[in-house]
Amino acid sequence: MREVVRFPAAEARPPEEEVLRLQGITDGASLPARVRPALDSAFGLFEELAAPVGLVEDLAPGEFPAIYEGEGANAPNTPLPEIVERAAGLALYAATVGDAVGRRIGELFTEQEVVVGYLLDAVASAAADRLSDLLAEHFSDRLVAGGVDPDRAKVLPYSPGYCGWEVSGQRRLFARLRPEEIGIHLNPSCLMTPLKSVSGVLVGGTADTHRFRPDFPFCAACVTRECGRRMAAVRR
Amino acid sequence: MDPMESLAAALQRGDDAAVREHTREAIGLGRAPAAILNQGLLAGMGVVGEQFRTHQIFLPEVLLAARAMYAGLDVLQPLLERDNVPMLGKVVIGTIRGDLHDIGKNLVGIMLRGAGFEVIDLGKDVPPERFVDAAVEAGASVIGMSALLTTTMVGMKEVVATLEARRCRGQIKTIVGGAPVSAEFAREIGADDYAFDAASAVTRVKALLGVA
Ligand code: B1M
Repeated sequence: MREVVRFPAAEARPPEEEVLRLQGITDGASLPARVRPALDSAFGLFEELAAPVGLVEDLAPGEFPAIYEGEGANAPNTPLPEIVERAAGLALYAATVGDAVGRRIGELFTEQEVVVGYLLDAVASAAADRLSDLLAEHFSDRLVAGGVDPDRAKVLPYSPGYCGWEVSGQRRLFARLRPEEIGIHLNPSCLMTPLKSVSGVLVGGTADTHRFRPDFPFCAACVTRECGRRMAAVRR
Repeated sequence: MDPMESLAAALQRGDDAAVREHTREAIGLGRAPAAILNQGLLAGMGVVGEQFRTHQIFLPEVLLAARAMYAGLDVLQPLLERDNVPMLGKVVIGTIRGDLHDIGKNLVGIMLRGAGFEVIDLGKDVPPERFVDAAVEAGASVIGMSALLTTTMVGMKEVVATLEARRCRGQIKTIVGGAPVSAEFAREIGADDYAFDAASAVTRVKALLGVA
């Protein structure tokens, strides 16, 4: 099944904590009051300009290895092949908040409205990430509707550029998914436009399906260290 | 309060209207444009930069101050040009070819300007030759390159090679940065330096040029 999913901008709007987390404002620390008006403007602009859309297409387990292999540049040992082997359902996906937000960010910097420009960038980044989660929920609902037990329909997104899956893997993913249908393009350097876009594979399974020990050689250089949080989220 | 102190204080608060006002006031009092720049605007930005480096304030607060600095510079710029006031140095910056992401590079530019550098921003998706042409034309001493992905950062090597081919690698230094870039990668491609973030980019560029 191949499905285009559109979200109202308000649904893709990320929680404020996520945007603050990107600023290093964590653990209950609050936003300085003088920045509040700029953050409110950034959220307002996001809701006005964003056109969030995603594409999800089911993938047969047998198709995954060839896509994942990409151009042979993945780390020698990675967690995803084993996770996929344990999966109850797979789908490729791509999503974007659209290009109007990105254009506005550029204009704000040109107009020297750097605070709102920077915060709108952060809101759009967090929103793009949120789209992965919204599509994961959507796919989970679909698995359950198709008869999969809810305990086996816990879905997490996995993306090229993370956990040893090289960014050049985007080429095979794009060749199979063709997200140009929703306006996402890949340039020769494997960069997606609009910039605030995400891609990957949605993997459905039990909480244990997603479990791995983050002690691969590439884990040492990881800048996000999100895996613990993600694994904890599917346990809930 | 001395007008320069008021100016620096308004800048630290990120109050652009007050910065514009105090800049005009200082000009009206006959203060030299270079002094207004150095003792008012750049002094204020210096404090803000230090507060950011020592984690006392967050990046959006630095940007509020930067916006206020631009308000002051808009008033002061014609006088700085008239008096040929020298800046700390000229830096050409841009996002490497194939890369369309420029928020990190913009932040580096803002911080460098706030530290007193003249910044020539070439934008994004910049071909290697363009970095070198622009630096040679402007007489810049540093080229700063930014990248978002491992697949785009490889283009940085071509800039270093182009400088080498044109025999200007000694005079024009290179500094690289961006999420996937590391000090090790900088060494591998022969770049002169690497900066982890926009604040350290200022420190590293100053070190490259031997300025305080
Ligand atoms: C000249 O001298 C200098 C000196 C310093 C310099 C400099 C130049 N240039 C920059 N700096 C430095 O100073 C700046 C200010 O302090 C900093 O600039 P930055 O531009 O890095 O910082 C910005 C101001 C804020 N930071 C950011 O915006 C990037 C933060 C992280 C978490 C990130 C985000 C937010 C996003 N991403 Co993604 N993203 C990551 C990032 C991981 C991380 N922690 O850095 C990174 C960059 N992303 C990555 C990936 C893989 C991807 N992302 C993607 C998508 C996204 C979002 C849309 C969700 C979002 C926004 C992207 C954007 N930047 O617009 C995809 C690609 C998007 C595309 N258009 O092609 C996708 C490919 C994932 C996918 N398949 O969907 C990784 C790249 C890995 C690699 N091998 O290249 C990544 C390092 C995360 C990871 N795996 O650890 C410094 O780097």
